[in-house]
Amino acid sequence: MAKNRPWSESIPVIRYSPRSSCFIICFYFEKHFFLCNIIRSFDTDNKVFKSSIMDIFQANNVVKEFVGHVALSSVSITVKEASVFGLLGPNGAGKTTLIRIINQITAPDSGELFFEGRPIRSEDIYQIGYLPEERGLYKKMKVGEQALYLAQLKGMSKRDALKSLKFWFEKFEIQDWWGKKVEELSKGMAQKVQFITTVIHQPKLLIFDEPFTGFDPINTNLIKNEILELKKNGTTIIFSTHNMSSVEEICDHIALINQSKKILDGQIDQVKEKFKTNTFEVIYRGDTPDLDNHLGSNFKVLEHTASEHQKQMKVQFLNGNSNNELLKILMNQFEIVSFKEIIPSMNDVFIHVVEQNNLEIKL
Amino acid sequence: MNKSFLILRREYLTRVKKKSFIIMTLLVPVFMAALTILPTYLATMDDKEERTIAVYDPTSLVLNKLESNEFTKFHYIPEQEFQGLKTDFKSGKYYALLYIPENIITTSRAEMISDKQITFDVKNLVTNRIENIIEGDKRKAVIDQTGVPDLEKKLAATKTSITVETIKMGEEGKAVKSSTEIAMAIGYVAGFMMYFFVLMYGLMVMRGVMEEKTNRIVEVIISSVKPFQLLFGKIVGIGLVGLTQIVIWIVLAIAIATGVGSFIGHGSHETIAQAQNIMSSQGVDQIATAAPAQTNATLEIIQMIGGLNIPLIIFAMFFYFICGFILYASFYGAIGSAVDSDEDAQQMMMPVMMPLIFSIIILFAVAKNPEGPLAFWASIIPFTSPIIMVARIPFGVPVWQIILSMVVLLGSIMGSIWMAGKIYRTGILMYGKKVNLKEIVKWLFYKN
Repeated sequence: MAKNRPWSESIPVIRYSPRSSCFIICFYFEKHFFLCNIIRSFDTDNKVFKSSIMDIFQANNVVKEFVGHVALSSVSITVKEASVFGLLGPNGAGKTTLIRIINQITAPDSGELFFEGRPIRSEDIYQIGYLPEERGLYKKMKVGEQALYLAQLKGMSKRDALKSLKFWFEKFEIQDWWGKKVEELSKGMAQKVQFITTVIHQPKLLIFDEPFTGFDPINTNLIKNEILELKKNGTTIIFSTHNMSSVEEICDHIALINQSKKILDGQIDQVKEKFKTNTFEVIYRGDTPDLDNHLGSNFKVLEHTASEHQKQMKVQFLNGNSNNELLKILMNQFEIVSFKEIIPSMNDVFIHVVEQNNLEIKL
Repeated sequence: MNKSFLILRREYLTRVKKKSFIIMTLLVPVFMAALTILPTYLATMDDKEERTIAVYDPTSLVLNKLESNEFTKFHYIPEQEFQGLKTDFKSGKYYALLYIPENIITTSRAEMISDKQITFDVKNLVTNRIENIIEGDKRKAVIDQTGVPDLEKKLAATKTSITVETIKMGEEGKAVKSSTEIAMAIGYVAGFMMYFFVLMYGLMVMRGVMEEKTNRIVEVIISSVKPFQLLFGKIVGIGLVGLTQIVIWIVLAIAIATGVGSFIGHGSHETIAQAQNIMSSQGVDQIATAAPAQTNATLEIIQMIGGLNIPLIIFAMFFYFICGFILYASFYGAIGSAVDSDEDAQQMMMPVMMPLIFSIIILFAVAKNPEGPLAFWASIIPFTSPIIMVARIPFGVPVWQIILSMVVLLGSIMGSIWMAGKIYRTGILMYGKKVNLKEIVKWLFYKN
């Protein structure tokens, strides 16, 4: 299989290097001009250029109302280049509306959108690849013909599209599907074709809405690795899913939307850090001591299970004590087999935050 | 625009390459041709069966006067045999039994008995022959009574047949031979064709939109192109499929008509010759002029068709097909985007189909009176004009009416496209919601 992925070409320096030096100069001018713009924008109007050079997409105070209900109320997100941005939220929160706004399928009622630091333009959709949650293909059309058509709609020339498609079909080992009709494929097979048509034009920003539905574990893994590889090669990915374990695996940054408002935003580890409850899991050997006495008021035993093979408990800090203090006390009581801090999973965070928020809204 | 072209090309090619399209485009003209040829062909073919009819004539009025022809023979029988046959028809090997009653002169009634249904042709033949014989006898009696010499010849000379030629004054005062019947026929056919094409291809747009919506491919596509471009490409692409079919049909129709023309020409000569034989054998030789008359008629038809404004008719057909199609296709496209299922589509379709059905209903009245107020208004109102105006044009329509009708239609198209774009944009992304007309009207005023 070919080593040079088409993605490496999406980095401008590489794309221009095989060409004449003239192109490189042009590119430098462009970059220079770009930087000048940023500097200028700092002392003139801050509004025009709020984002730093690293933000590929930014939405400021986006509002979208449909008759009878608000889909998005003043939502702002910033997506850093070459990262995976998780867009989370319960059903009907407004994620799809936001994604459609990014894709320019619908326009916001108010708010600003920036792509690569400047206000978004209609041509920018060629730099965006979108795999919607509700997706499908023309059933009567042949796989190859259809992939070619969709690639051309994304602005690729027929030649480039054919070359690229050949590469991807080989990579996914589906060359012999080229002449088949889509209705002959299984759901998973069609999803693979769909994934290819989403990434074929090497967009700078990819939006995946529930990309793993319909895939078996092997193919899920395949797609997951492709996504991570795309990220490594500099593509930015907005990733929307309800599958929290894949969020933890893939995302760098998340935003959580509930009932049209953004209620949580941040680096994934910071978010988890923020929601940890200073709880530790201790596995030990030996007699079970009367812990409440020994631990005192600074600690609380939440759970205690003892089976024949393993004794274990969960202890929570009540004040900001250090881990060593707890260890010191415990060490005197029994032999410690393992000691680790319980970090909440994204699943826990999601449920906790959304339920909390729903309660607040009710009140 | 480049994107619209890509969409247009896909819409066009996927449909034109379909087997059903190819078969229909090629077979329908052949089928139509078969429908016109077969009856003519069968008419020359049929009735080669030999039949013998037993005649019992106690009055002796027709005795030995009924002429047999090639296939139908008359056999005179005495009373005994007649009585025998009456009780047991099967014993004789006759096709039928003809009984001339005594009082036939006063009652004008004869009887024909058979064990099967007597064919129309045989009944006609027998009736004609008896009529001719009795009429001839009566006339002869009257002529003999009056005693005027050569009266029969003189009476024959008074026979008259008059053809009223309709002549239309052309634009430059040039008289053009025209025929109301031919204008009517062409108007009818053209009107029906408009109805058929507008409806068929309009519905094709609706199904195409629904397919994209139910397949869920539409969201992928409108993330690369504007919804309007998608709808536009679809309508134009399907419209071109329609035009392709019309052009192929016209070409095939001309080809077949040329072939059929020579065939029918040949066939009709045969029939005329046959008729001549029959008639002359009865001593009525007037019909001898029929053959030249027939050829004259054919010539005249060709002349009259030439008298019609063929380029205008063809131009009108293309113009009104394109515009009528776009008008209805935009409505059908909007409906397709708004519904989720076929059942919902059926319901929403009805109001849009009504004007088309109405046009077909009034088509006959319009063809009878192409200058009346109904014809005028129906050819100006954009929902009916694609059918009614095309049906009126062979009769000749004042230029100002044609221009007014076209301008109104073009204006309506702009309105309908605007409306369809608005509804489509909202509709295609709306799932699982049963929409009604009120809701759709609301979509018209949505901002993006």
